[in-house]
Amino acid sequence: MAESKELLHDQYANILRAYLEEQSEQGLYYAQQFSKRVLEEQISPEEVVSLHLEVLEEFFPDLPKGAHESFELLLEVMMGYGLAYREHQSLRDKTKELEAEINVAANMQQTFLPDEIPHVNGLDVGVLSVPASKMSGDYYHFVKDDHDCVGLAIADIIGKGIPAALCMSMIKYTMDSYPEQRLQPGALLENVNRVVEQNIASNMFITMMYGSYDSRTHQFNYAGAGHEPGFYYKAAEDTFEELHAKGIVLGIKRNTDYKEYQLTVEPGDFVVLLSDGVTECRTDDGFIEREAITRLIRTYQHLPAQEIVNHVFYELERAQGFQLRDDFTLIILRRNV
Amino acid sequence: MSIQSSVEVQTEWGIVSARQAGRNLAKEIGFGGVDQARITTAISELARNIYLYAEKGEIVIEAVEETRGTQKKKGIKITAKDRGPGIKNIREVMEDGYTTSGGLGAGLPGVRRLMDDFDVDSVMEEGTTITAIKWLR
Ligand SMILES: Nc1ncnc2c1ncn2[C@@H]1O[C@H](COP(=O)(O)OP(=O)(O)O)[C@@H](O)[C@H]1O
Ligand SMILES: [Mg+2]
Repeated sequence: MAESKELLHDQYANILRAYLEEQSEQGLYYAQQFSKRVLEEQISPEEVVSLHLEVLEEFFPDLPKGAHESFELLLEVMMGYGLAYREHQSLRDKTKELEAEINVAANMQQTFLPDEIPHVNGLDVGVLSVPASKMSGDYYHFVKDDHDCVGLAIADIIGKGIPAALCMSMIKYTMDSYPEQRLQPGALLENVNRVVEQNIASNMFITMMYGSYDSRTHQFNYAGAGHEPGFYYKAAEDTFEELHAKGIVLGIKRNTDYKEYQLTVEPGDFVVLLSDGVTECRTDDGFIEREAITRLIRTYQHLPAQEIVNHVFYELERAQGFQLRDDFTLIILRRNV
Repeated sequence: MSIQSSVEVQTEWGIVSARQAGRNLAKEIGFGGVDQARITTAISELARNIYLYAEKGEIVIEAVEETRGTQKKKGIKITAKDRGPGIKNIREVMEDGYTTSGGLGAGLPGVRRLMDDFDVDSVMEEGTTITAIKWLR
Protein backbone atom coordinates (compact mmCIF):
# COMPACT_ATOMS: atom_id res chain seq x y z
CA MET A 1 0.00 0.00 0.00
CA ALA A 2 2.66 2.49 1.07
CA GLU A 3 4.74 1.36 -1.86
CA SER A 4 2.01 1.90 -4.38
CA LYS A 5 1.36 5.31 -2.85
CA GLU A 6 4.96 6.24 -3.51
CA LEU A 7 4.65 4.98 -7.05
CA LEU A 8 1.54 7.06 -7.64
CA HIS A 9 3.28 10.04 -6.13
CA ASP A 10 6.20 9.70 -8.54
CA GLN A 11 3.91 9.16 -11.49
CA TYR A 12 1.89 12.20 -10.67
CA ALA A 13 5.02 14.27 -10.13
CA ASN A 14 6.25 13.31 -13.60
CA ILE A 15 2.94 14.09 -15.23
CA LEU A 16 2.67 17.44 -13.50
CA ARG A 17 6.29 18.39 -14.19
CA ALA A 18 5.89 17.63 -17.89
CA TYR A 19 2.67 19.57 -18.08
CA LEU A 20 4.09 22.60 -16.30
CA GLU A 21 6.98 22.65 -18.77
CA GLU A 22 4.74 22.48 -21.77
CA GLN A 23 0.97 22.68 -21.72
CA SER A 24 0.32 20.02 -24.31
CA GLU A 25 -2.73 17.94 -25.03
CA GLN A 26 -0.55 14.91 -24.51
CA GLY A 27 0.08 15.97 -20.93
CA LEU A 28 -3.64 16.22 -20.33
CA TYR A 29 -4.12 12.81 -21.86
CA TYR A 30 -1.62 11.39 -19.35
CA ALA A 31 -3.58 13.06 -16.58
CA GLN A 32 -6.74 11.36 -17.81
CA GLN A 33 -5.00 7.99 -17.80
CA PHE A 34 -3.73 8.75 -14.31
CA SER A 35 -7.26 9.33 -13.11
CA LYS A 36 -8.11 5.81 -14.21
CA ARG A 37 -5.15 4.53 -12.25
CA VAL A 38 -6.24 6.22 -9.02
CA LEU A 39 -9.76 4.90 -9.45
CA GLU A 40 -8.39 1.42 -9.94
CA GLU A 41 -6.37 1.76 -6.77
CA GLN A 42 -9.47 3.06 -5.00
CA ILE A 43 -7.80 6.31 -4.04
CA SER A 44 -10.42 8.74 -2.83
CA PRO A 45 -10.72 12.33 -4.05
CA GLU A 46 -9.35 13.92 -0.88
CA GLU A 47 -6.18 11.88 -1.27
CA VAL A 48 -5.75 13.12 -4.82
CA VAL A 49 -6.07 16.70 -3.62
CA SER A 50 -3.49 16.02 -0.97
CA LEU A 51 -1.19 14.37 -3.51
CA HIS A 52 -1.42 17.42 -5.73
CA LEU A 53 -0.52 19.74 -2.88
CA GLU A 54 2.39 17.54 -1.86
CA VAL A 55 3.89 17.53 -5.33
CA LEU A 56 3.20 21.21 -5.81
CA GLU A 57 5.08 22.05 -2.64
CA GLU A 58 8.02 19.96 -3.77
CA PHE A 59 8.18 21.92 -7.02
CA PHE A 60 7.60 25.31 -5.44
CA PRO A 61 8.79 25.31 -1.84
CA ASP A 62 7.86 28.97 -1.59
CA LEU A 63 4.21 28.90 -2.52
CA PRO A 64 2.56 32.29 -2.17
CA LYS A 65 0.84 32.86 1.13
CA GLY A 66 -2.57 31.30 1.28
CA ALA A 67 -1.95 28.71 -1.42
CA HIS A 68 -1.36 25.90 1.06
CA GLU A 69 -4.31 26.97 3.17
CA SER A 70 -6.60 27.05 0.15
CA PHE A 71 -5.86 23.38 -0.35
CA GLU A 72 -6.92 22.64 3.20
CA LEU A 73 -10.27 24.09 2.31
CA LEU A 74 -10.50 22.11 -0.91
CA LEU A 75 -9.59 18.96 1.00
CA GLU A 76 -12.51 19.53 3.33
CA VAL A 77 -14.85 20.09 0.40
CA MET A 78 -13.68 16.88 -1.22
CA MET A 79 -14.33 14.82 1.92
CA GLY A 80 -17.98 14.49 1.01
CA TYR A 81 -17.08 13.18 -2.41
CA GLY A 82 -14.74 10.72 -0.80
CA LEU A 83 -17.51 9.40 1.41
CA ALA A 84 -20.00 9.17 -1.42
CA TYR A 85 -17.37 7.38 -3.49
CA ARG A 86 -16.76 4.79 -0.80
CA GLU A 87 -20.45 4.24 -0.26
CA HIS A 88 -20.85 3.77 -3.96
CA GLN A 89 -18.14 1.11 -3.93
CA SER A 90 -19.76 -0.80 -1.13
CA LEU A 91 -23.19 -0.59 -2.73
CA ARG A 92 -21.69 -1.87 -5.95
CA ASP A 93 -20.27 -4.87 -4.13
CA LYS A 94 -23.64 -5.49 -2.53
CA THR A 95 -25.36 -5.33 -5.89
CA LYS A 96 -22.97 -7.92 -7.22
CA GLU A 97 -23.73 -10.22 -4.32
CA LEU A 98 -27.47 -9.85 -4.83
CA GLU A 99 -27.08 -10.45 -8.51
CA ALA A 100 -25.21 -13.65 -7.86
CA GLU A 101 -27.98 -14.83 -5.54
CA ILE A 102 -30.63 -13.99 -8.09
CA ASN A 103 -28.71 -15.85 -10.76
CA VAL A 104 -28.81 -18.97 -8.64
CA ALA A 105 -32.55 -18.52 -8.10
CA ALA A 106 -33.12 -17.90 -11.79
CA ASN A 107 -31.28 -21.10 -12.65
CA MET A 108 -33.42 -22.95 -10.16
CA GLN A 109 -36.50 -21.47 -11.72
CA GLN A 110 -35.47 -22.80 -15.09
CA THR A 111 -35.79 -26.30 -13.66
CA PHE A 112 -39.54 -25.69 -13.20
CA LEU A 113 -39.90 -25.43 -16.95
CA PRO A 114 -39.87 -28.46 -19.21
CA ASP A 115 -36.34 -29.05 -20.42
CA GLU A 116 -37.50 -30.25 -23.76
CA ILE A 117 -40.57 -30.08 -25.91
CA PRO A 118 -42.19 -33.49 -26.27
CA HIS A 119 -41.99 -34.92 -29.72
CA VAL A 120 -45.32 -36.07 -31.07
CA ASN A 121 -45.87 -37.49 -34.52
CA GLY A 122 -47.84 -35.18 -36.76
CA LEU A 123 -47.42 -32.24 -34.42
CA ASP A 124 -45.06 -29.30 -34.74
CA VAL A 125 -44.47 -27.37 -31.51
CA GLY A 126 -42.58 -24.14 -30.93
CA VAL A 127 -42.05 -22.44 -27.56
CA LEU A 128 -40.18 -19.36 -26.46
CA SER A 129 -40.25 -17.89 -23.00
CA VAL A 130 -38.07 -14.89 -22.18
CA PRO A 131 -38.15 -13.13 -18.81
CA ALA A 132 -38.05 -9.32 -18.78
CA SER A 133 -35.54 -9.46 -15.96
CA LYS A 134 -33.85 -12.47 -14.42
CA MET A 135 -36.82 -14.09 -12.77
CA SER A 136 -39.90 -14.81 -14.81
CA GLY A 137 -43.56 -14.57 -13.91
CA ASP A 138 -44.53 -16.62 -16.95
CA TYR A 139 -44.88 -20.34 -16.73
CA TYR A 140 -45.47 -23.02 -19.29
CA HIS A 141 -45.77 -26.73 -19.04
CA PHE A 142 -45.91 -29.72 -21.37
CA VAL A 143 -46.78 -33.31 -20.74
CA LYS A 144 -47.19 -36.21 -23.08
CA ASP A 145 -48.69 -39.58 -22.31
CA ASP A 146 -48.18 -42.96 -23.94
CA HIS A 147 -51.00 -42.38 -26.42
CA ASP A 148 -49.39 -39.29 -27.90
CA CYS A 149 -51.79 -37.03 -26.07
CA VAL A 150 -50.29 -33.72 -25.08
CA GLY A 151 -51.24 -31.39 -22.27
CA LEU A 152 -49.95 -27.86 -22.36
CA ALA A 153 -50.31 -24.93 -20.03
CA ILE A 154 -49.40 -21.31 -20.10
CA ALA A 155 -49.71 -19.19 -16.99
CA ASP A 156 -48.94 -15.65 -16.05
CA ILE A 157 -48.38 -14.76 -12.44
CA ILE A 158 -49.55 -11.21 -11.96
CA GLY A 159 -46.62 -9.36 -10.59
CA LYS A 160 -43.08 -9.83 -11.60
CA GLY A 161 -39.77 -10.83 -10.22
CA ILE A 162 -39.02 -12.92 -7.18
CA PRO A 163 -42.51 -13.22 -5.60
CA ALA A 164 -43.89 -14.43 -8.92
CA ALA A 165 -41.09 -16.90 -9.30
CA LEU A 166 -41.69 -18.35 -5.85
CA CYS A 167 -45.32 -18.84 -6.74
CA MET A 168 -44.42 -20.71 -9.86
CA SER A 169 -43.04 -23.71 -8.04
CA MET A 170 -46.44 -24.23 -6.46
CA ILE A 171 -48.21 -24.29 -9.79
CA LYS A 172 -45.75 -26.75 -11.14
CA TYR A 173 -46.16 -29.16 -8.25
CA THR A 174 -49.92 -28.83 -8.36
CA MET A 175 -50.00 -29.74 -12.01
CA ASP A 176 -47.63 -32.61 -11.45
CA SER A 177 -49.86 -34.02 -8.77
CA TYR A 178 -52.96 -34.36 -10.96
CA PRO A 179 -51.67 -36.54 -13.78
CA GLU A 180 -55.07 -38.11 -14.36
CA GLN A 181 -56.51 -34.74 -15.31
CA ARG A 182 -54.05 -33.97 -18.03
CA LEU A 183 -56.72 -34.36 -20.64
CA GLN A 184 -59.44 -32.56 -18.73
CA PRO A 185 -58.53 -28.89 -18.88
CA GLY A 186 -61.62 -27.71 -16.99
CA ALA A 187 -61.16 -30.11 -14.08
CA LEU A 188 -57.46 -29.40 -13.95
CA LEU A 189 -58.00 -25.66 -13.65
CA GLU A 190 -60.55 -26.27 -10.90
CA ASN A 191 -57.91 -28.12 -8.91
CA VAL A 192 -55.18 -25.60 -9.51
CA ASN A 193 -57.60 -22.86 -8.53
CA ARG A 194 -58.31 -24.56 -5.24
CA VAL A 195 -54.63 -24.87 -4.37
CA VAL A 196 -53.86 -21.33 -5.41
CA GLU A 197 -56.81 -19.91 -3.53
CA GLN A 198 -55.76 -21.66 -0.34
CA ASN A 199 -52.05 -21.00 -0.51
CA ILE A 200 -51.41 -17.68 -2.06
CA ALA A 201 -51.65 -14.22 -0.56
CA SER A 202 -54.88 -12.60 -1.62
CA ASN A 203 -53.05 -9.94 -3.56
CA MET A 204 -51.49 -12.41 -5.95
CA PHE A 205 -53.31 -13.71 -8.99
CA ILE A 206 -52.56 -16.16 -11.68
CA THR A 207 -54.06 -16.38 -15.13
CA MET A 208 -53.80 -19.61 -17.00
CA MET A 209 -54.82 -21.37 -20.16
CA TYR A 210 -54.69 -25.12 -20.31
CA GLY A 211 -55.18 -27.21 -23.41
CA SER A 212 -54.92 -30.85 -24.32
CA TYR A 213 -54.44 -32.31 -27.72
CA ASP A 214 -55.29 -35.88 -28.63
CA SER A 215 -53.34 -36.82 -31.71
CA ARG A 216 -55.58 -39.82 -32.37
CA THR A 217 -58.75 -37.77 -32.74
CA HIS A 218 -57.15 -34.37 -33.39
CA GLN A 219 -59.31 -32.88 -30.68
CA PHE A 220 -58.03 -29.82 -28.92
CA ASN A 221 -59.79 -29.18 -25.60
CA TYR A 222 -59.06 -26.10 -23.61
CA ALA A 223 -60.13 -23.99 -20.69
CA GLY A 224 -58.95 -20.67 -19.40
CA ALA A 225 -58.72 -18.72 -16.17
CA GLY A 226 -58.70 -15.08 -17.13
CA HIS A 227 -55.75 -15.55 -19.42
CA GLU A 228 -54.83 -13.47 -22.43
CA PRO A 229 -56.75 -15.05 -25.35
CA GLY A 230 -54.65 -16.94 -27.85
CA PHE A 231 -55.32 -17.45 -31.55
CA TYR A 232 -56.54 -20.29 -33.64
CA TYR A 233 -55.42 -20.43 -37.23
CA LYS A 234 -57.80 -22.19 -39.63
CA ALA A 235 -55.84 -23.32 -42.63
CA ALA A 236 -58.87 -23.97 -44.80
CA GLU A 237 -60.04 -20.38 -44.49
CA ASP A 238 -56.61 -18.85 -43.94
CA THR A 239 -57.90 -16.86 -40.97
CA PHE A 240 -56.98 -16.25 -37.35
CA GLU A 241 -59.67 -16.49 -34.71
CA GLU A 242 -59.49 -15.53 -31.05
CA LEU A 243 -58.95 -18.46 -28.77
CA HIS A 244 -61.00 -17.17 -25.94
CA ALA A 245 -62.00 -19.08 -22.84
CA LYS A 246 -64.31 -17.71 -20.19
CA GLY A 247 -63.19 -18.24 -16.62
CA ILE A 248 -62.22 -16.31 -13.55
CA VAL A 249 -58.58 -15.70 -12.62
CA LEU A 250 -57.06 -18.37 -10.35
CA GLY A 251 -57.01 -17.70 -6.65
CA ILE A 252 -60.06 -15.48 -6.30
CA LYS A 253 -63.02 -17.75 -5.72
CA ARG A 254 -62.80 -21.10 -4.04
CA ASN A 255 -65.24 -23.26 -5.98
CA THR A 256 -65.11 -22.19 -9.54
CA ASP A 257 -66.11 -24.07 -12.65
CA TYR A 258 -64.07 -23.70 -15.75
CA LYS A 259 -65.88 -24.20 -19.02
CA GLU A 260 -64.19 -26.52 -21.43
CA TYR A 261 -64.07 -25.76 -25.14
CA GLN A 262 -63.40 -28.13 -27.98
CA LEU A 263 -61.94 -27.75 -31.45
CA THR A 264 -61.14 -30.22 -34.17
CA VAL A 265 -57.74 -29.46 -35.55
CA GLU A 266 -57.43 -29.90 -39.31
CA PRO A 267 -54.11 -30.34 -41.10
CA GLY A 268 -52.24 -27.03 -41.21
CA ASP A 269 -54.32 -25.53 -38.39
CA PHE A 270 -52.48 -24.19 -35.41
CA VAL A 271 -53.04 -22.94 -31.88
CA VAL A 272 -51.19 -19.90 -30.56
CA LEU A 273 -50.93 -19.40 -26.81
CA LEU A 274 -49.30 -16.33 -25.38
CA SER A 275 -48.73 -14.27 -22.27
CA ASP A 276 -49.70 -10.63 -22.07
CA GLY A 277 -46.03 -9.72 -22.41
CA VAL A 278 -46.53 -10.49 -26.09
CA THR A 279 -49.61 -8.37 -26.63
CA GLU A 280 -48.51 -5.62 -24.30
CA CYS A 281 -45.35 -4.89 -26.16
CA ARG A 282 -45.05 -1.16 -26.07
CA THR A 283 -43.34 0.71 -28.82
CA ASP A 284 -42.96 4.46 -29.10
CA ASP A 285 -46.28 4.56 -30.96
CA GLY A 286 -48.16 2.82 -28.14
CA PHE A 287 -49.24 -0.75 -27.55
CA ILE A 288 -48.86 -3.21 -30.30
CA GLU A 289 -52.18 -4.47 -31.62
CA ARG A 290 -53.15 -8.10 -31.51
CA GLU A 291 -53.52 -7.89 -35.26
CA ALA A 292 -49.90 -6.93 -35.57
CA ILE A 293 -49.02 -10.22 -33.91
CA THR A 294 -51.09 -12.32 -36.26
CA ARG A 295 -49.60 -10.35 -39.14
CA LEU A 296 -46.13 -11.20 -37.87
CA ILE A 297 -47.02 -14.86 -37.47
CA ARG A 298 -48.33 -14.87 -41.00
CA THR A 299 -45.01 -13.52 -42.29
CA TYR A 300 -43.17 -16.52 -40.91
CA GLN A 301 -45.96 -19.08 -41.23
CA HIS A 302 -44.09 -21.14 -43.82
CA LEU A 303 -41.38 -21.91 -41.26
CA PRO A 304 -41.35 -24.60 -38.54
CA ALA A 305 -43.21 -23.60 -35.35
CA GLN A 306 -40.05 -23.00 -33.33
CA GLU A 307 -38.70 -20.65 -35.96
CA ILE A 308 -41.99 -18.77 -36.11
CA VAL A 309 -41.92 -18.02 -32.39
CA ASN A 310 -38.23 -17.09 -32.57
CA HIS A 311 -38.84 -14.65 -35.39
CA VAL A 312 -41.94 -13.12 -33.83
CA PHE A 313 -40.02 -12.58 -30.62
CA TYR A 314 -37.10 -10.98 -32.41
CA GLU A 315 -39.36 -8.60 -34.32
CA LEU A 316 -41.27 -7.55 -31.20
CA GLU A 317 -38.07 -7.20 -29.20
CA ARG A 318 -36.64 -5.01 -31.92
CA ALA A 319 -39.79 -2.88 -32.06
CA GLN A 320 -39.22 -2.13 -28.37
CA GLY A 321 -35.59 -1.23 -28.75
CA PHE A 322 -34.49 -4.58 -27.28
CA GLN A 323 -35.92 -3.77 -23.88
CA LEU A 324 -38.61 -6.15 -22.67
CA ARG A 325 -41.09 -4.59 -20.28
CA ASP A 326 -42.86 -7.79 -19.40
CA ASP A 327 -42.11 -11.48 -19.47
CA PHE A 328 -42.74 -12.93 -22.89
CA THR A 329 -44.03 -16.41 -23.67
CA LEU A 330 -45.29 -17.63 -27.01
CA ILE A 331 -46.32 -21.16 -27.88
CA ILE A 332 -47.40 -22.51 -31.26
CA LEU A 333 -48.84 -25.97 -31.71
CA ARG A 334 -49.49 -26.96 -35.31
CA ARG A 335 -50.96 -30.07 -36.87
CA ASN A 336 -48.73 -31.01 -39.75
CA VAL A 337 -50.21 -31.14 -43.20
CA MET B 1 -0.44 10.72 26.98
CA SER B 2 -3.50 11.72 28.87
CA ILE B 3 -4.71 14.66 26.87
CA GLN B 4 -8.44 14.70 26.85
CA SER B 5 -10.96 17.33 26.06
CA SER B 6 -14.66 17.36 26.32
CA VAL B 7 -16.88 19.62 24.28
CA GLU B 8 -20.50 20.22 25.00
CA VAL B 9 -22.70 20.04 21.92
CA GLN B 10 -25.94 21.92 22.00
CA THR B 11 -25.60 24.38 19.15
CA GLU B 12 -23.78 24.45 15.84
CA TRP B 13 -21.03 26.33 17.68
CA GLY B 14 -20.53 23.23 19.74
CA ILE B 15 -20.06 21.22 16.57
CA VAL B 16 -17.37 23.64 15.42
CA SER B 17 -15.62 23.55 18.80
CA ALA B 18 -15.61 19.76 18.76
CA ARG B 19 -14.05 19.81 15.30
CA GLN B 20 -11.44 22.28 16.48
CA ALA B 21 -10.55 20.19 19.50
CA GLY B 22 -10.32 17.10 17.29
CA ARG B 23 -8.11 18.82 14.75
CA ASN B 24 -5.74 20.20 17.39
CA LEU B 25 -5.24 16.83 18.99
CA ALA B 26 -4.99 15.00 15.65
CA LYS B 27 -2.22 17.40 14.57
CA GLU B 28 -0.43 16.98 17.86
CA ILE B 29 -0.53 13.19 17.59
CA GLY B 30 0.95 13.49 14.12
CA PHE B 31 -1.88 12.82 11.71
CA GLY B 32 -1.44 14.22 8.20
CA GLY B 33 -3.76 16.62 6.47
CA VAL B 34 -6.02 14.02 4.88
CA ASP B 35 -6.47 12.10 8.12
CA GLN B 36 -7.11 15.32 10.01
CA ALA B 37 -9.91 16.06 7.59
CA ARG B 38 -11.29 12.55 8.03
CA ILE B 39 -11.24 12.79 11.79
CA THR B 40 -12.93 16.18 11.84
CA THR B 41 -15.53 15.00 9.35
CA ALA B 42 -16.33 12.06 11.63
CA ILE B 43 -16.60 14.41 14.61
CA SER B 44 -18.88 16.68 12.60
CA GLU B 45 -21.23 13.86 11.74
CA LEU B 46 -21.42 12.57 15.30
CA ALA B 47 -21.86 16.04 16.77
CA ARG B 48 -24.53 16.95 14.23
CA ASN B 49 -26.46 13.83 15.14
CA ILE B 50 -26.37 14.87 18.81
CA TYR B 51 -27.50 18.36 17.87
CA LEU B 52 -30.28 17.10 15.57
CA TYR B 53 -31.62 14.07 17.38
CA ALA B 54 -30.66 14.32 21.03
CA GLU B 55 -30.61 18.11 21.40
CA LYS B 56 -27.55 18.02 23.60
CA GLY B 57 -24.65 15.85 24.57
CA GLU B 58 -20.89 15.87 24.57
CA ILE B 59 -17.96 14.90 22.44
CA VAL B 60 -14.89 13.64 24.26
CA ILE B 61 -11.65 13.58 22.36
CA GLU B 62 -8.58 11.83 23.70
CA ALA B 63 -5.29 10.40 22.64
CA VAL B 64 -4.96 6.65 23.03
CA GLU B 65 -2.11 4.20 22.91
CA GLU B 66 -1.98 0.49 22.39
CA THR B 67 0.98 -1.83 22.74
CA ARG B 68 1.11 -5.01 20.77
CA GLY B 69 4.32 -6.86 21.51
CA THR B 70 7.01 -4.31 20.96
CA GLN B 71 4.88 -2.14 18.71
CA LYS B 72 3.26 0.94 20.10
CA LYS B 73 0.29 2.38 18.29
CA LYS B 74 -0.96 5.90 18.77
CA GLY B 75 -4.43 7.01 17.93
CA ILE B 76 -7.25 9.38 18.55
CA LYS B 77 -10.50 8.36 20.17
CA ILE B 78 -13.78 10.18 19.78
CA THR B 79 -16.64 9.49 22.12
CA ALA B 80 -20.04 11.00 21.38
CA LYS B 81 -22.43 10.73 24.33
CA ASP B 82 -25.97 11.88 24.76
CA ARG B 83 -29.03 11.15 26.84
CA GLY B 84 -31.38 11.50 23.91
CA PRO B 85 -34.05 9.16 22.57
CA GLY B 86 -31.62 6.47 21.42
CA ILE B 87 -31.41 4.87 17.99
CA LYS B 88 -34.23 2.46 17.34
CA ASN B 89 -32.98 0.41 14.44
CA ILE B 90 -29.22 0.48 14.67
CA ARG B 91 -28.76 -2.27 12.11
CA GLU B 92 -30.72 -0.38 9.47
CA VAL B 93 -29.01 2.86 10.33
CA MET B 94 -25.61 1.25 9.82
CA GLU B 95 -26.59 0.17 6.33
CA ASP B 96 -25.44 2.22 3.39
CA GLY B 97 -28.09 4.32 1.79
CA TYR B 98 -30.26 4.55 4.89
CA THR B 99 -29.39 8.07 6.04
CA THR B 100 -31.84 10.86 5.51
CA SER B 101 -29.05 12.49 3.56
CA GLY B 102 -29.66 9.64 1.14
CA GLY B 103 -26.78 8.21 -0.85
CA LEU B 104 -24.28 10.90 0.01
CA GLY B 105 -22.23 8.45 1.95
CA ALA B 106 -22.13 10.46 5.15
CA GLY B 107 -23.91 9.60 8.38
CA LEU B 108 -22.91 6.77 10.68
CA PRO B 109 -21.77 4.34 7.96
CA GLY B 110 -19.53 7.15 6.73
CA VAL B 111 -18.09 7.63 10.20
CA ARG B 112 -17.34 3.94 10.42
CA ARG B 113 -15.46 4.13 7.13
CA LEU B 114 -13.51 7.23 8.06
CA MET B 115 -12.30 5.73 11.32
CA ASP B 116 -10.65 2.39 12.16
CA ASP B 117 -12.63 1.18 15.17
CA PHE B 118 -16.27 1.95 15.63
CA ASP B 119 -18.82 1.04 18.27
CA VAL B 120 -22.41 2.08 18.92
CA ASP B 121 -24.23 1.58 22.16
CA SER B 122 -27.74 2.90 22.22
CA VAL B 123 -30.64 2.30 24.56
CA MET B 124 -34.10 3.59 23.77
CA GLU B 125 -35.15 6.51 25.94
CA GLU B 126 -31.76 6.49 27.65
CA GLY B 127 -29.29 7.67 25.12
CA THR B 128 -26.52 6.88 22.73
CA THR B 129 -22.78 6.48 23.06
CA ILE B 130 -20.70 6.13 19.98
CA THR B 131 -16.95 5.61 20.07
CA ALA B 132 -14.60 5.72 17.14
CA ILE B 133 -10.82 5.45 16.99
CA LYS B 134 -8.39 6.25 14.26
CA TRP B 135 -4.88 4.83 14.51
CA LEU B 136 -1.79 6.57 13.31
CA ARG B 137 -0.01 4.56 10.64
N1 LIG C 1 -27.39 10.44 18.74
C1 LIG C 1 -28.54 9.99 18.20
N2 LIG C 1 -29.66 9.89 18.94
C2 LIG C 1 -30.82 9.43 18.39
N3 LIG C 1 -30.93 9.03 17.10
C3 LIG C 1 -29.87 9.11 16.32
C4 LIG C 1 -28.61 9.57 16.81
N4 LIG C 1 -27.71 9.50 15.81
C5 LIG C 1 -28.37 9.03 14.75
N5 LIG C 1 -29.67 8.78 15.03
C6 LIG C 1 -30.67 8.20 14.16
O1 LIG C 1 -30.03 7.47 13.14
C7 LIG C 1 -30.39 7.95 11.86
C8 LIG C 1 -29.21 7.88 10.92
O2 LIG C 1 -28.21 8.76 11.29
P1 LIG C 1 -27.09 9.15 10.26
O3 LIG C 1 -26.44 7.89 9.77
O4 LIG C 1 -26.20 10.16 10.86
O5 LIG C 1 -27.87 9.76 9.01
P2 LIG C 1 -28.78 11.09 8.98
O6 LIG C 1 -28.41 11.95 10.15
O7 LIG C 1 -28.44 11.71 7.66
O8 LIG C 1 -30.20 10.60 9.02
C9 LIG C 1 -30.89 9.35 12.08
O9 LIG C 1 -31.83 9.73 11.11
C10 LIG C 1 -31.50 9.27 13.48
O10 LIG C 1 -32.82 8.78 13.38
MG1 LIG D 1 -26.42 12.35 10.65
